[in-house]
Amino acid sequence: MEKFTTLVSRAVPLAIEDIDTDQIIPARFLKATTREGFGDNLFRDWRYLPGDVPNPDFVLNDATYTGAILVAGKNFGMGSSREHAAWALYDYGFRVVISSFFADIFRGNSLNNGLLPLQVDDDFLRKLLHAIQANPELELTVDLEAQTLTVPAMNTEVSFEIDPYKKTCLLNGFDDIDYLLSKADTIKKYEEQRPIAVR
Amino acid sequence: MAKTLFDKIWEQHVVDQVEGGTEILYIDRHFIHEVTSPQAFDGLRRRGIGVARPGQTVATADHNVPTKHQDQPIREKLSRFQVDTLTQNCADFGLELYGLGHPYQGIVHVIGPELGITRPGMTIVCGDSHTSTHGAFGCIAFGIGTSQVEQVLATQCLLQVKPKRMRITIDGELREGVVSKDIILYIIAQLSASGGTGYFVEYAGSAIRSLSMEARMTICNMSIEMGARGGLIAPDKTTFEYVRGREFAPQGAAFAEAVAYWETLYTDEDAVFDQEYTYRAEDIPPMVTYGTNPGMGIGVHQTIPNPDDSSASFEKSLQYMGFTAGESLEGKPVDYVFIGSCTNSRMEDLRQVAAYVEGRRKADNVKVMVVPGSRQVREQAIAEGLDIIFREAGFDFREAGCSACLGMNEDKVPKGAYCVSTSNRNFEGRQGPGARTILASPLTAAATAIAGHIVDVRTVLQAQPA
Repeated sequence: MEKFTTLVSRAVPLAIEDIDTDQIIPARFLKATTREGFGDNLFRDWRYLPGDVPNPDFVLNDATYTGAILVAGKNFGMGSSREHAAWALYDYGFRVVISSFFADIFRGNSLNNGLLPLQVDDDFLRKLLHAIQANPELELTVDLEAQTLTVPAMNTEVSFEIDPYKKTCLLNGFDDIDYLLSKADTIKKYEEQRPIAVR
Repeated sequence: MAKTLFDKIWEQHVVDQVEGGTEILYIDRHFIHEVTSPQAFDGLRRRGIGVARPGQTVATADHNVPTKHQDQPIREKLSRFQVDTLTQNCADFGLELYGLGHPYQGIVHVIGPELGITRPGMTIVCGDSHTSTHGAFGCIAFGIGTSQVEQVLATQCLLQVKPKRMRITIDGELREGVVSKDIILYIIAQLSASGGTGYFVEYAGSAIRSLSMEARMTICNMSIEMGARGGLIAPDKTTFEYVRGREFAPQGAAFAEAVAYWETLYTDEDAVFDQEYTYRAEDIPPMVTYGTNPGMGIGVHQTIPNPDDSSASFEKSLQYMGFTAGESLEGKPVDYVFIGSCTNSRMEDLRQVAAYVEGRRKADNVKVMVVPGSRQVREQAIAEGLDIIFREAGFDFREAGCSACLGMNEDKVPKGAYCVSTSNRNFEGRQGPGARTILASPLTAAATAIAGHIVDVRTVLQAQPA
C-alpha cells in the first residue's frame, strides 16, 4: 500500500446522496482478476451515455473540475462489499473522498487501499460543495498526521476522525496482513481453547 | 455484567487487542466465491504464503454463473476465466470447492446453512455483503472486502473495531399475506438505507421467534441494506432442529454437546443496547420499493411520499424509476418478475410461490424467472413437483446462481423495464443498465406475475375461497 501523509489538491464535486458501490463500479465490470484498470469504468453508467458516449452532464466529464479529491453527498459507498469500488476510485486518481457519512464496508476497504475516507459534518459538506462549484480552482489541503482539512479560500480548517491504528497504517504504508502475520503465535494459542461447537 | 448475544460471541472470538479499540477477531468459517477472491490469492502468492487454515474456508461459484446449461462450458469469456481462476486457486491452495456441476453448488449464503456449515456462535465472513444472512443462526456474520479475504486466508483472523449494538424488537402476529421479506423492508423503510450504519443488529420479539429459519435468513440477509454490518437472532429450538442432521453438522453426542453450548447464546435480561427500536407485527403491510435504494419502501396500498423538503437525490431516484411523488404502485404493469437471490431462493420461498400459482398462468406481459438458490434446492423442488407447477404457469425455472439479482451474469433486466424482484437491492442498474427494480416478497412477486401488474396480495388472498 502507498503511504498517505498530506495532499494538496483541487476537488471534484459530486453532490448526490446515497451513492452505492453498484454506481461506483457496476457488477458487470467486476470480472477482472487483478486490481488494476477499474478506473476506466468508475461511475460507468453515469459517466457514459449509450454507445459509450461521455455524458456531458456528469462531473467527471466536465474539464472545469479536476483533482485527487472527490467530494460526495452523504452516505457514500453503501451496498455491495466490492473492494473494486475503492480500487476504481484509486485507479482513476482519487486519494481522498470527502463526505458527511460513509458506509462501513466501503470505509474499511478504502483504508486498506490508501484511499482516505474523510468525514465532515453535513453543514460543512454543503458549504464545501457550494464553494467548489463557485470556484473550481479552490485548493484543499489534507494533513493526515494533524487530522485536518484546510480550505484557505474558505478561511476554514476542520479536523476529522480516523481510527488510530488505520492512521498508523496509512502514514507508513503498512497493511493489516503484515501485522497479523506477526501475531501467528498468539493466534495459535487462542485456537487451543476454541469451543468445540464452533470448530 | 449483563451482556448482549453479540457481545458474548464477539468476546469469545477476540484473540488480542491492538491499539485504539482495534481487536484481532478470530474467524471460524470463511466462504469465498469467484468475484471477490482472485486478487486475495494473488496477494498470498506475492507474499509467498499459503492458506493458514484451509479446512475453515469453503468455496463456490455463484455470481458469474449462467443459470441455464450449467453442464456446458460458460460461454462468456471473462466469466469463464473468473470461475476457472477460482477452481485453480482452490486446487493450488488446498481448499474445498463446490463449483459448477457439484451437487452442493449454489449461492454462498444458501449453501452454508443448508450444509450445516453455518452454526450458532460462530464468526463467519465472506467477500460479500449479504454474509449477514448467516446471522439467522446466532452468528456474527458479515461481509468483507478482498484485502480482508486475503487476511483471513493468511491468518484466519481480521482486525476489527467492535461495532455498536442495536436491537430491533417485533412483537405480535403478522397479518395474512405478510411474510418475513415485508418485515425487513418495513424496518429499512423506517430506519433508512443508512440508519444501521456502525451497528450490529439483534432481531428479537415474538414475531421473530415464530419465524422459520429460512424466514429468519431473509431478515438477517438485508441487514446490510440499512447499513448495518450484520444482524443476528438468538438461536433456539427452531435453529437446533434446522441444523440437526445436516451434512457438516455435529452428529450424536457431539450434537448434544453443541446444543448445550448454543443454549448459552442469548441476550441477558438487563443487557444494554446503544440503540433500540420496537415495532408491532400487525402494523406491517406487504411492502414494495418505489425508489433506488432499499430504504425507499412503502406499503403496497400506500402512495409514494411527497416530502416538502424533497432533495435532488430523491427526485433523481423517482425520475430513474419513472414514478411521480404521490402516486400508487398498485395496479402498475410490470415487465419482469424475478424470484431468486440469497434473500428469497430457498425451499420455503419456492413452495410459497408454487402454492399461489398452482393451477394459474402468468400474465402475457410478464417474463418470470424462478432461480433456486442451490443445486440442492433445485433438486428438492423437482422432487416436490414444483418445477411442473412453474412450467404450467409459464415461469422459467432455472439452475442455481445469483442470476438477475446483480446484472453480472447472462440474466439481466433490459433498460427501462420494470422488474418486481425478491432480491435485495433496487439500486440504479443493479439488474442491468437502466433496469428498474421494485423489491417485494415472494408472495407479492407471485401475485404480480399472475396479474401482470403490482398486486396487494391481501386483496387476492381474501377473494380466494379458503
